[in-house]
Amino acid sequence: MKQSNLHGEFFMQGNIACAEAALSAGCRFFGGYPITPASEIAERMAFRLPQVGGSFVQFEDEIASMASILGASWAGVKSMTASSGPGISLMLENIGLGIMMETPCVVVNVQRGSPSTGLPTSWGQSDMMQARFGSHGDYGVIALAPKSPQEYFDLTIVAFNYAEKYRLPVFVTSDAIVGHMTEKVYIPPVDELEIINRKYTNKKPGDYQPYTIEPGQWVSDFAKAGDGYLYHSTGLTHDERGYPDMSEACHIQLVNRLIDKIKMNVDDIILLEERDLDDADVVVVTFGTTARTVVPGINLAKKKGIKVGFLRLITVWPFPEQKIRDLAKHVKGFVVPEINMGQIVLEVERCAGGVLTKSLPHPGGGIHDFKDVAKAIEEVAYAK
Amino acid sequence: MQNKIPTHPMEDYLRMDRMPHIWCPSCGLGSIVTAFMKGVKNAGIDLNKLALVSGIGCTGRVAGYVKLDSYHTTHGRAIPFATGMKMANQDLTVAVISGDGDLFAIGGNHLIHAARRNMDLNVICVNNFIYGMTGGQNAPTTPLGAYSSTAPYGNYEQPFNLVGLAAAAGSSYVARWTALHLQRIQDSIEEMAKKKGFCFLEIISPCATVFARKNKGGTGLDLLQDYKRRSSIDHNADPQKIPLDMDGEIVCGVFVNDEKPTFAENVEKGTSRKVKEHPLYVQDRKDQEV
Ligand SMILES: Cc1ncc(C[n+]2csc(CCOP(=O)(O)OP(=O)(O)O)c2C)c(N)n1
Repeated sequence: MKQSNLHGEFFMQGNIACAEAALSAGCRFFGGYPITPASEIAERMAFRLPQVGGSFVQFEDEIASMASILGASWAGVKSMTASSGPGISLMLENIGLGIMMETPCVVVNVQRGSPSTGLPTSWGQSDMMQARFGSHGDYGVIALAPKSPQEYFDLTIVAFNYAEKYRLPVFVTSDAIVGHMTEKVYIPPVDELEIINRKYTNKKPGDYQPYTIEPGQWVSDFAKAGDGYLYHSTGLTHDERGYPDMSEACHIQLVNRLIDKIKMNVDDIILLEERDLDDADVVVVTFGTTARTVVPGINLAKKKGIKVGFLRLITVWPFPEQKIRDLAKHVKGFVVPEINMGQIVLEVERCAGGVLTKSLPHPGGGIHDFKDVAKAIEEVAYAK
Repeated sequence: MQNKIPTHPMEDYLRMDRMPHIWCPSCGLGSIVTAFMKGVKNAGIDLNKLALVSGIGCTGRVAGYVKLDSYHTTHGRAIPFATGMKMANQDLTVAVISGDGDLFAIGGNHLIHAARRNMDLNVICVNNFIYGMTGGQNAPTTPLGAYSSTAPYGNYEQPFNLVGLAAAAGSSYVARWTALHLQRIQDSIEEMAKKKGFCFLEIISPCATVFARKNKGGTGLDLLQDYKRRSSIDHNADPQKIPLDMDGEIVCGVFVNDEKPTFAENVEKGTSRKVKEHPLYVQDRKDQEV
């Protein structure tokens, strides 16, 4: 059946744009639990999914929500959940199951001020390391950080595409600002969008193994429940057949592949916005809504004659290590404003190889004063 | 063809390449798996369209041994995983087999809510009164006074009555059997596979390795003898009034067998007209004709 979507120009809230993007990408199952500032996504999905032949379940908690979208994905349907800090914390174990079973799905984290219940109605960017390392164990992740409702739409589509291509839960890490912001959003007709659908195996049931990786591929082709393949999948360390294998050799191979499938494809996954980097003395590294609020500070520093470059991480994970290493060769330093107490700055510092890296933290509930941004840039520019 | 090598009667239904399994001698799980596969086969459903989801534990390992689309998930979360599967594809029959700790301690909230919604799932709880996999800790089913590795002075917690809880939460079908009642288990599984709505079956199952050892219960065979002595069948029993203890009666039977709309049916009924009249639905359909 030809898929369709709601398309045209809208004055639309970020969270609604995210939900519409999911529908445009072909998402047909949403499991969720209400939480500010993410609830609009669930509400929109509850309203819209029945219209497009999909289904919505409001679960008893976020643990169930996350487990349910994995199940839906294995049954052959693109699926999504959305929450904020406290709910994402509850989802982490099953996010790990999704990583281990290699289950395509999308997890939206509309970040609020944290820790704990924190600032329910206000924003933060303090779950970035949680997205990277939150579930136990070692694995690769993808996280995309939109700065506007339009980009929230665009990146949610990209998130679904990456989820299918690399077979894992992909994070859209927005925040309460972009979630509740209303701006112009253009939604193209579905056939003008680049949408990656699941790659199902063309092997016959007897010949198929759920985790056999063909040469030149990083993940295996899919088989969904009900197609007669009668395969097994587990959160235990497993071999090509999906069977538990507790050997060191199998574990080494599996964990490495879960990391390498992201690491070896950074060029495909990493999206950046770069401005004035070529002759920059100071580079501001930023992401999400902070990328908008720091602009007056950058302009002020420029007015004072400083050559300021701007690097926006649209893809935050995997981190653009090589980009920072390259910039570090010719800049005086980096300034990293973020609405957390210094998370992404750790990554910049790690890749900067000793080049001055200045953290500009903010605990959340407010935005950076642009004068502080300008001051930090100046400090780096004139550092001895 | 005289010297044809005899095969195991369950060979077509089990992943023989995974044998031997991890279960202890005299564990009830082997016969329960056989009864399950026979039951679903007798139900006449297409086994290609049957998905089995397990949580974590000895019972959680069932998913790994049956020749079905099968998922070994996280501790306590088999039911929501299964719910996602069912809602994504209503053509699937989705079953959950897991332990009493998995389904009623860590996963208890999911069970009562799935029952409340009358989600179309077949949930089988293998109750051995203890945490088997992790070495004999207390379970929410451990009888008052029983010993476990975390109840070294005897259990002082009141246990759950699983059938009472499942019935109170709204299940369409509630039954209890012991691992001795293999034919009855098979029949219940068959009924559940044919039936819509949330179906719950408790199977009392012997754990010689940890439960009997901690409670001087003897061998697995001794436990089965004990079930034989203690069990009775009463389909009319009120599931609220038949809790289990260390040596009282084990009342078995099919206590609830109701017809009521499932979650998916209620969704369909509740949304279909309203959805079809909505302009966005109309727009979507119009586009599809282009
Ligand atoms: C989140 C989490 N907590 C704890 C465990 C450890 N664990 C594994 S199985 C199990 C209990 C199993 O008992 P039960 O569900 O009764 O199943 P049985 O092994 O007796 O069949 C526990 C606590 C786990 N795997 N995951």
